[in-house]
Amino acid sequence: MSGVGQAVSGELIGEQQSSTGSAVQIMRRFLRHRLAMPSLVVLVLLLVVCFGAAVIAPYPRGLQDLLLGPTGPSPEHWLGTDEIGRDYLSEILYAGQVSLAIGLAVAVLSTLVGTALGAIAGYVGGWIGELLMRITDLFLIVPAIALIAIIVQGLGPSPVTIVLALAALGWTYIARVVRGQVLSLRERDFIDAARGIGASSVRIIASHLLPNLVGIVVVAMSLSVASAIIVESTLSFLGFGVQPPDTSWGAMLSQAAGYVGTDRVYLLYFPGLFILVTVLCVNFIGDGLRDALDPQGKQL
Amino acid sequence: MLLEVENLSISFPTESGIARAVEGVSFRLLEGETMGIVGESGSGKSMTAMAIMGILPRAATVTGSIRFRGRELVGLSDEELREVRGRDIAIVFQDALTALNPVMTVGEQLMEAVRVHRPGITSAQLRARAVELLDLVGIPDPERRIDRYPHEFSGGMRQRVMIGVSIANEPDLLIADEPTTALDVTVQAQVLDVLREVQQRTGTTVMLITHDLGVIAGVADRVIVMYAGGIVEAADVDPLFYETAHPYTAGLLASLPRMDRRSGDEPLYQIPGQPPLSTAWPAGCRFFPRCAHAVAGRCDTVVPPPVTVGADHTANCVRVGEWPKGVPT
Amino acid sequence: MAEGSADVSSSLTVDHLVKEYRVGGGLLRRRASVVQAVSDVSLSIEAGKTFGLVGESGCGKSSLGRTVARLQTGESGSIRLGGDEISRVSGRSLRAIRRRVQFVFQDPYASLNPRKSVRATLAEPLAIHRLHRGQESRRVSELLEQVGLNPAHADRYPHEFSGGQRQRIGIARALAVEPEVIVLDEPVSALDVSIQAGVLNLLDELQGRLGLTYLFIAHDLSVVRHLSDRVGVMYLGRMVEQGPVDRLYEHPMHPYTQALLSAIPVPDPKVERARQRIVLRGDVPSPVSPPSGCRFRTRCWKATEKCAIETPELVDLGEGQSVACHYPAERTVF
Repeated sequence: MSGVGQAVSGELIGEQQSSTGSAVQIMRRFLRHRLAMPSLVVLVLLLVVCFGAAVIAPYPRGLQDLLLGPTGPSPEHWLGTDEIGRDYLSEILYAGQVSLAIGLAVAVLSTLVGTALGAIAGYVGGWIGELLMRITDLFLIVPAIALIAIIVQGLGPSPVTIVLALAALGWTYIARVVRGQVLSLRERDFIDAARGIGASSVRIIASHLLPNLVGIVVVAMSLSVASAIIVESTLSFLGFGVQPPDTSWGAMLSQAAGYVGTDRVYLLYFPGLFILVTVLCVNFIGDGLRDALDPQGKQL
Repeated sequence: MLLEVENLSISFPTESGIARAVEGVSFRLLEGETMGIVGESGSGKSMTAMAIMGILPRAATVTGSIRFRGRELVGLSDEELREVRGRDIAIVFQDALTALNPVMTVGEQLMEAVRVHRPGITSAQLRARAVELLDLVGIPDPERRIDRYPHEFSGGMRQRVMIGVSIANEPDLLIADEPTTALDVTVQAQVLDVLREVQQRTGTTVMLITHDLGVIAGVADRVIVMYAGGIVEAADVDPLFYETAHPYTAGLLASLPRMDRRSGDEPLYQIPGQPPLSTAWPAGCRFFPRCAHAVAGRCDTVVPPPVTVGADHTANCVRVGEWPKGVPT
Repeated sequence: MAEGSADVSSSLTVDHLVKEYRVGGGLLRRRASVVQAVSDVSLSIEAGKTFGLVGESGCGKSSLGRTVARLQTGESGSIRLGGDEISRVSGRSLRAIRRRVQFVFQDPYASLNPRKSVRATLAEPLAIHRLHRGQESRRVSELLEQVGLNPAHADRYPHEFSGGQRQRIGIARALAVEPEVIVLDEPVSALDVSIQAGVLNLLDELQGRLGLTYLFIAHDLSVVRHLSDRVGVMYLGRMVEQGPVDRLYEHPMHPYTQALLSAIPVPDPKVERARQRIVLRGDVPSPVSPPSGCRFRTRCWKATEKCAIETPELVDLGEGQSVACHYPAERTVF
């Protein structure tokens, strides 16, 4: 009776091309994403020009031209100059170093902490899980901006303390999302199946839970880059953020805030535009990564 | 003639092309009979029911004709269909828990179903009718149960409530789409009994959609077998089981383990392969790639039309009568 | 396939097994009630044979299966595999037990990790138990062939397979460690009718070839009759009747067995018309507060006062059949 079952082999559902999980395939799916790839190019470009500002920026940092004063965009100064005659493009590139570094550092830190604690809360459950989740609930009802402002005031407003303060709040969101996902995954039969073949808890978390979390963690991380940049801007705008001589896109926004309704409003637009482009790029990359890492490879 | 379906086709756009869920389905339904439609998932049996109810998703393209008491239903506006739905044709779904509104008592839902088609009715009459309906579907103590919420009922009781809602306006046609699939067997027996009783009391015509040939054998007068979006065989219940004329029906019957017989050591007959996708039906007879009696050149060219093999018995197979009946090995 | 499992002579014996679940409760809500899903159940399976376990949802058959496969631990009672007590082992010994008892899940969609290729899924048990080292790839191909799948598809992902094919992958995963016993929890009930026969034949064939012992859990009594040598009927956590398959189907003694058998539709119109169906009243009571005495008494047409007071024990009726009823009587149901 070796023929039994043989008849069923051979045919797969549909005649789609095999979508495997190899690095090549993941890359291919990412490249096929309409917005992710251009966004990645733009983001890399931003990183290069900001962190390479010493070489790339048209004018040295903080070089004033008091005689020139504020001017609109021109062939010499692409984005114009501010009220003390600094080249605005160069200023934005240097400020970008701080904004991007804060955004990425906060995202990495809060994702690591949030994923770990969320996974523990979800998988272990019990009173540990309850405690962790009550803590995240607590952060939900505390006004975040005020809390961060107080922390930053207390520790001194350096970029490092801003990163720590933002990450201290940011992890709760990711922990909540991860825990929810783990709770639903834990009920799935394939987790039981893994236990059934003798897999240890470590193996189950590392090899069965985490790979299934990649999608939502990547998206949560990209959102947290975006929100960190925005919250930092808000902080700086309120005056609690990066202090001179350091500057960030948020700080520049805050300095330009008074120009609404004047002909120097471009000073407000350009840093805002850079924040917007960065945040959008990061989100699109997150979307692209999520789809690329999904072996079901939805046709886009 | 209660219902006449002619050349019904239903298609949808999907990510992987046009899904031709139903193609060229024709059948007639006589007043008072119980017709069973049997088929596997993806055979188009539920789609056909939804088309008759006019509840297909908007993206669906429907061609052909569905005439209810001579009135064409295909192409009616939503408003016109609403008048038909619930009053003339009603449906019972598989999952009574999701089909009932969790924040309304079962009484309110029953009364709503009645009120929609009888605007002038008084609230006392409404309540009396709702109690009567619960009683009809065999729910004990209906006066008290009427004010309960769906979650306070068991699965079998919920399905009874659903049947009550669907017969609230004494429809001429009751479509039951896998009404017992989610239920345990002892409860399934109760619900099938209720359906049978309701039919006897109200004289409604029943269209029972199921994948279970056992349920069909016990309940149906006439049977339509669907496979891959089309009808493969149609017959009265006895000829379908004892003078099976289509290789798919024969294969299905042979592959079922029987509870009432010693099994011996024989393996079950096994239909090879698996049903095709509605986005890529094979050319010719759709069962051809899995058929034990298929002949290249005849079976893979055109979709076979129904061939009369007996009184009110058709099989859509070009090789009807050319293969020995019974186990198709 | 290493031929090791062919000469295994052990069998599975379950004695007075109890499995409870806590429902409700939490950090702030202290009141939790206890549900006895499996209540003092005993059964034994000869090596190389199939024990069919039937009953309706909530009867405890799946809980029993999961406890036997040690996906969970019972409260009391014993589970013996050959001569070894496995109901309480943990850690390293539990891992060793996993090589001997395997489990096949009902839902072929939920039981495969969507992010693992078939190869990764089948290689994992080999890695955990250090089997076929250096030969993993060959072994994966062998397993796929054994369950009637094309080894060339090993690098594909679960979503590229149909339900029947996924169930075959689940079976291959269970076979990977060369177990003695496989607990099959409704392995075909999620599959289309025309696909079921193939999987049932495969299970039958594998049992013959590898000498496997099956605990086959299903609500479909037709499927159970086809595959089983012995059958047990459960109701609300208790075993109400068990016996050799033909004996039980042809001479059921417990009213519940009779009702259950009579409720199953048979694909044969003449048989259906001739049958006297026993239609039970009401629904299965909540397992949180099961009826006293005989748990079936609330739906039984024979129940008397005695049934409410005295819990009927399983009594041997001869010919391997035993029944837990104060008023056992034969009744044909076909």
